[in-house]
Amino acid sequence: MTSVSQQAVGAALDRVEGREKVTGEALYAYEHRSDDLVYAAIVPATIPKGRVRRIDASAALALPGVLAVLSHGNAERLPDADGELALLQSDRVAYRGQIVAAVVADRIEIAREAERLVHVEYDKEPHDVELRADHPHLYKPDTVNPGFETDTEEGEVDAALLSAQTTVDVTYETPSFHNNPMEPHASLATWGDDGGLTIYDATQGASPARETIAEVFGLKAESVRVIAPHVGGGFGSKGTVRPQAILAALAARAVGRPVKVAVTRQQMFHLTGYRTPTIQRVRLGAEPDGRLTAICHDVVEQTSTVQEFAEQTAVVTRMLYAAPNRRTSHRLVALDVPTPSWMRAPGECPGMYALESAIDELAIALELDPIELRIRNEPDHDPESGLPFSSRNLVTCLREGAERFGWAERDPRPATRREGHWLIGTGVAASTYPARRQPSEAVARRDGEDFVVSIAAADIGTGARTVLTQVAADALHVEPERIRLELGDSSLGQAPLAGGSMGTASWGTAVHRVCHKLIEEREEEEEARVDTSDEIEAEEEYSRHAFGAQFVEVRVNSDTGEIRVPRLLGVFAAGTIVNPKTARSQFIGGMTMGLGMALLEEGILDPHFGQVVNRDLAGYHVPVYADVDEIDATWIDEHDPHLNPIGSKGIGEIGIVGTAAAVTNAVHHATGIRFRRLPLRLDRVLEALA
Amino acid sequence: MTPEPPVLAEVRLTINGIEHTPAVDTRTSLLDLLRERLGLTGSKKGCDHGQCGACTVLLDGRRVNACLILAVACAGAEVVTVEGLAHNGELHPLQRAFIEHDAFQCGYCTPGQLCSAVGMQSELASGWPSAVTDEEPELTAAEVRERMSGNICRCGAYPNLVAAILETSR
Repeated sequence: MTSVSQQAVGAALDRVEGREKVTGEALYAYEHRSDDLVYAAIVPATIPKGRVRRIDASAALALPGVLAVLSHGNAERLPDADGELALLQSDRVAYRGQIVAAVVADRIEIAREAERLVHVEYDKEPHDVELRADHPHLYKPDTVNPGFETDTEEGEVDAALLSAQTTVDVTYETPSFHNNPMEPHASLATWGDDGGLTIYDATQGASPARETIAEVFGLKAESVRVIAPHVGGGFGSKGTVRPQAILAALAARAVGRPVKVAVTRQQMFHLTGYRTPTIQRVRLGAEPDGRLTAICHDVVEQTSTVQEFAEQTAVVTRMLYAAPNRRTSHRLVALDVPTPSWMRAPGECPGMYALESAIDELAIALELDPIELRIRNEPDHDPESGLPFSSRNLVTCLREGAERFGWAERDPRPATRREGHWLIGTGVAASTYPARRQPSEAVARRDGEDFVVSIAAADIGTGARTVLTQVAADALHVEPERIRLELGDSSLGQAPLAGGSMGTASWGTAVHRVCHKLIEEREEEEEARVDTSDEIEAEEEYSRHAFGAQFVEVRVNSDTGEIRVPRLLGVFAAGTIVNPKTARSQFIGGMTMGLGMALLEEGILDPHFGQVVNRDLAGYHVPVYADVDEIDATWIDEHDPHLNPIGSKGIGEIGIVGTAAAVTNAVHHATGIRFRRLPLRLDRVLEALA
Repeated sequence: MTPEPPVLAEVRLTINGIEHTPAVDTRTSLLDLLRERLGLTGSKKGCDHGQCGACTVLLDGRRVNACLILAVACAGAEVVTVEGLAHNGELHPLQRAFIEHDAFQCGYCTPGQLCSAVGMQSELASGWPSAVTDEEPELTAAEVRERMSGNICRCGAYPNLVAAILETSR
């Protein structure tokens, strides 16, 4: 065995699946092949609330090539299914766009035509789809995602706010945001003669998806195999099993042939989860020197009547800044809408938009530099839990970013810089995201002079295949080319999903351990296996978070309201950066999505029809090339011994945290106008400038 | 209501240098012909409405959204998809630059980005102006951003895409 002195971890390795992706060889869920494969198409509800009275499938069934029309009247019973996965189990319609029927046909064109021929009659009921802060049915959920306390309180917040020298009491609103990965959610299901089910699924986690699908169909987990070698993005929306996976399996069993189905781009707005709209009231009280005496963050958001999803929007406020008196709360209302779900940095992303905007407002009220204000409120331990931070380099990021961005030359006065039609300003905001781990299994085996490492991880574009190859190479003391990394298949064992920015830490721990085990304890053997449950169970108690700072320059056109962002810089502290090339892509990708959140993205709900009216990519604007000018991300050297064997913190989500606040803070600096409702659409900006 | 039977038509077209004569349903898009009939799944379906660019292919040398073209209208056409960019296993310079600059993450928009960039380079070389062109079209980051804006990358690889495209266009 040749040993290598050059470490793979830390090297800017090209993506190991790069060639497959640029040649079109990489196969995504809908593209896998199977004999006798047929197509399913979704029939969505065309009312927002009520019951299906009658389904007339005769015209669809008369079409040559149509094999079946499934509905609640004839679909297989799934007694163990609930929520969004209890597909075609009842005549209830809980939101417009919900699946009420599906057609199966032997060609894609026929399935599509047949879907339009299914005639559905409804008994319509009055609906309510509007989120309001004074909604009479607001309630307190038991916990917020994924199990945090709903409310927290420490000290005397109201008294502290009353006696504070300077206070901020402001309310911010965010609309629904839609993940919109480029690959629409798709599944291809095949039942075996032994009653087993194989699904090629667009999923962020093959082994958790297997558990869920097995439960829905009342099967043992071993009877289900979920395969997802390549996934065209997810951003949280493929972290839970979506209804199309259940539909593909139901339809495949009904017609006795493999079935594939893809959710259309329009249907994605209703069937694949989204970020809830929020109404967030933030109250801050401070001493004249800027030290916070009180922080209060109260959130109102929505869920559906199908199942509860409570975004943890105010949770980040519990740990970011020191203050003796603090309170957070979450209130929900169950509306006749699709169920919200995870979207990149659920909780932190919308919560930090509000908190970091309020901090900027406080800095202005105090006539204090916003970076200095943050530094003065830096806690020496986690303010909520009292635990020490495993490492906390927010201040280093702020200072490093200020240096690179040229913050020192900034004139703090708002609305004082103009070049022709353009008003110019700069802004800053902090970023943070938890660094968590979950247990994982992994297998390493020898293959001649090479090694195969298998783990049921997912690479949804994060670079997991590449960074795990690097971790394995170092643990085995070989070049990365000698490693073949297998992932995206539930038959490879138990592994957590690609979510919560914990992939590299969780899978990396298992890969590191199994490779060490193979060469140190199993020198004579072909393979080694690990399960990191015990190690993660025994983790020491620390408050573990990545931090960052984002700096933005904006130009606001005083005639048109157009906002351009000529400069966007992120500086992050995220432990060991395993691969600087793919890490930079992750950071700038998150920041780009944050830019979309600030300026472009907004699901517009029609209260009368109860649906998102701009439900396609022509109406729901995500950032395109022309929206993104200079955007850069860098990071500081951070060595944190309390994380995992690699020393890494997750980086998939922190990039989107804080961007929107940095942009709106910069817009205030440019215009003197504080926008408290996202996104900063041209019409809203123009109206405010007038 | 008795449904009309589908109309089938035989179409002769060349795809990546190989002649095909499929009998296509006249409702079939070029994208579905490629993906569902011919097994050329490199071209991606991201929206099926010409809004995302993931299905971009070259039709007689010009970039088009394959989801907006009916296959039956492609008689006699020469189509190049992402599968046709490399020659004898040797990657096209853009494909190499995409890997080197990490110009993709999930990879789903990548085939469309590549075909679009090939088409864009030839449009630029032919002197076609864009909305940001002053006098003569020149290869700048601003031109690339303008001309490539029909190809969405939700992973946000735009700075890397621009770098890769600029490098191979010089």
